[in-house]
Amino acid sequence: MPDIVLYAAEVTLNGLMAGVLYALVALGFVLIFKASGIFNYAQGVLALFAALTLVGIQKGQVPFAHLINAMTGKHYTNFPWEVPALVAILLTVGVMVVLAIIIEKVVLKHLVNQAPIILFMATIGMAYFLEGFGDVMWGSDIKTLDVGLPQGINETIDSVTYNMFGYGFFIDNLDIVAAIVAVLLVAALTVFSQYSKQGRALRAVADDHQAALSVGISLRFIWILVWSIAGFVALVAGIMWGSKSGVQFSLSLIALKALPVLMLGGFTSIPGAIVGGLIIGVGEKLFELLIGAPFLGGATENWFAYVLALVFLVFRPQGLFGEKIIERV
Amino acid sequence: MNDMSDGYVTADGRQIGGVIMEMKNITLRFGGVVAIKDISFDIREGEIRAIIGPNGAGKSSMLNVISGFYIPTEGEVWFHGYKRGPMRPYQVARLGIARTFQNIALFDGMSVLDNIMTGRLTHMKSGLLAQAGWWWTGAAKEEDEHREKVEKIIDFLEIQNIRKTPVGRLPYGLKKRVELARALAAEPKLLLLDEPMAGMNVEEKEDMSRFILDVNDEFGTTIVLIEHDMGVVMDLSDRVVVMDYGKKIGDGTPDEVRNNQDVIDAYLGVAHD
Ligand SMILES: Nc1ncnc2c1ncn2[C@@H]1O[C@H](COP(=O)(O)OP(=O)(O)OP(=O)(O)O)[C@@H](O)[C@H]1O
Ligand SMILES: [Mg+2]
Repeated sequence: MPDIVLYAAEVTLNGLMAGVLYALVALGFVLIFKASGIFNYAQGVLALFAALTLVGIQKGQVPFAHLINAMTGKHYTNFPWEVPALVAILLTVGVMVVLAIIIEKVVLKHLVNQAPIILFMATIGMAYFLEGFGDVMWGSDIKTLDVGLPQGINETIDSVTYNMFGYGFFIDNLDIVAAIVAVLLVAALTVFSQYSKQGRALRAVADDHQAALSVGISLRFIWILVWSIAGFVALVAGIMWGSKSGVQFSLSLIALKALPVLMLGGFTSIPGAIVGGLIIGVGEKLFELLIGAPFLGGATENWFAYVLALVFLVFRPQGLFGEKIIERV
Repeated sequence: MNDMSDGYVTADGRQIGGVIMEMKNITLRFGGVVAIKDISFDIREGEIRAIIGPNGAGKSSMLNVISGFYIPTEGEVWFHGYKRGPMRPYQVARLGIARTFQNIALFDGMSVLDNIMTGRLTHMKSGLLAQAGWWWTGAAKEEDEHREKVEKIIDFLEIQNIRKTPVGRLPYGLKKRVELARALAAEPKLLLLDEPMAGMNVEEKEDMSRFILDVNDEFGTTIVLIEHDMGVVMDLSDRVVVMDYGKKIGDGTPDEVRNNQDVIDAYLGVAHD
């Protein structure tokens, strides 16, 4: 088999794995957008905050240590304990739920029936606040996140492909785990939304607020629920990205990668977020290998997703799976 | 009917019970617009109570006050003998008050069946954990019971053939019927219908009238009905509140309001469809 085909196959696999992570972030956007029509600018920062909190809890960091030390003249940094990964993850989920409640009580509650642009602005404010708050709470240094996920080359795939093609594929174990987790997460979300009382209520709110109220659904409860789920999805994305490249400010920028994914997949479609993520993950890696590196001087991964999204915007503005945009008369 | 404290018997022999809801001196303002001006009336158990009046009279506003969508600027709402605090619509719904909307509010993306199922939400018990153990905890059985009730309503309203159709694709008349089905699924004590037959042809109106009478008769549901079609109102309702420019200008049996001079004046020269 010619080398380029093998490279392309390996790159496609890796692209799929990266795409899964884009999809995870995009999923958080879609959930909130569907239920409340809010484009949540803070989704990326939510992932950063979740990852910071997880590391902080796991390592037994004293929250607000800088602040406390500055005020008391002490030198607290850590509690004399470390928390097992699973417990830390559960505690972080709790923190994300509390955060969702605070967001609803402090921000969303006061902005009911406001124009989408106002809500969007509010989420920008939220993003900056949360970014600073995360810094103050957990410190701004780069942290390593290790919850015990397997990392490094998958030997089995390497040796199997070597025996078959005389060329071993490099697939990272962490990417495989991320893909499995993403599939489980989407399956769980689908089951939840189709079959549970709360899921039914959530779909109802996403469809029509007035009608939802009339059948006894509390919008505020649903918003807390949605932001909690979005916070949970952000945590999952934060764990995957954080394990890969450390927890630092740049983690919040993965949200920027989710934007083209949404344009491709549509803002209202969960399958769209997945497929969009995969297309962009594979597309940008293949493009770099086949066209970018040989002809364009490389580094096309930085912009490929946006160009692809722009092309889509022109020909199919509602995205692959989005609802058709029809003006109501 | 003279003394009505314990209810009364209608012309067609139905027993009407005591007051279940009482509106006391309700006023509703939107900025400078006074949609409702100091209106009081009551609703009795088991009756069909109509609210009529020219366009913009404040009928829908009144229904919105009852269902909690609007909070009255002044006045009190009494339900089952208790003064109701300012309540949100979902809380009112959980009290057993269901409604339809003048402009139809359905879940367009869902099937007819799913739409009607949402009407069962106030009766669904299982919490998240119980649902996680779907089969073991009986959540599946509960779901079946809800499905059964919904299927009965579907049969009752004769919409079996569109059960799986996405609601967005239905014609207007059927949408109105699905909206009624969803409200019925809640097994309400009090059912609020805002112009349930607006825009329907004669045949559809006859069907809808029959359904409303049957609901009242078979389930004993108390119904508040806003309707422009005078013939329908006179046929269906036991007592009628007449509104004009936010004020109550008449209240009584169809015959009483038909012969009320204020009501006749209000309707003179006012075109209705
Ligand atoms: N949310 C609102 N904001 C401002 N004004 C309102 C609002 N709802 C109703 N109104 C005003 O209150 C008045 C009564 O309106 P309402 O819809 O209750 O009338 P209606 O009797 O139902 O009329 P129709 O027969 O046309 O449905 C109107 O002047 C209307 O413009
Ligand atoms: Mg009206």
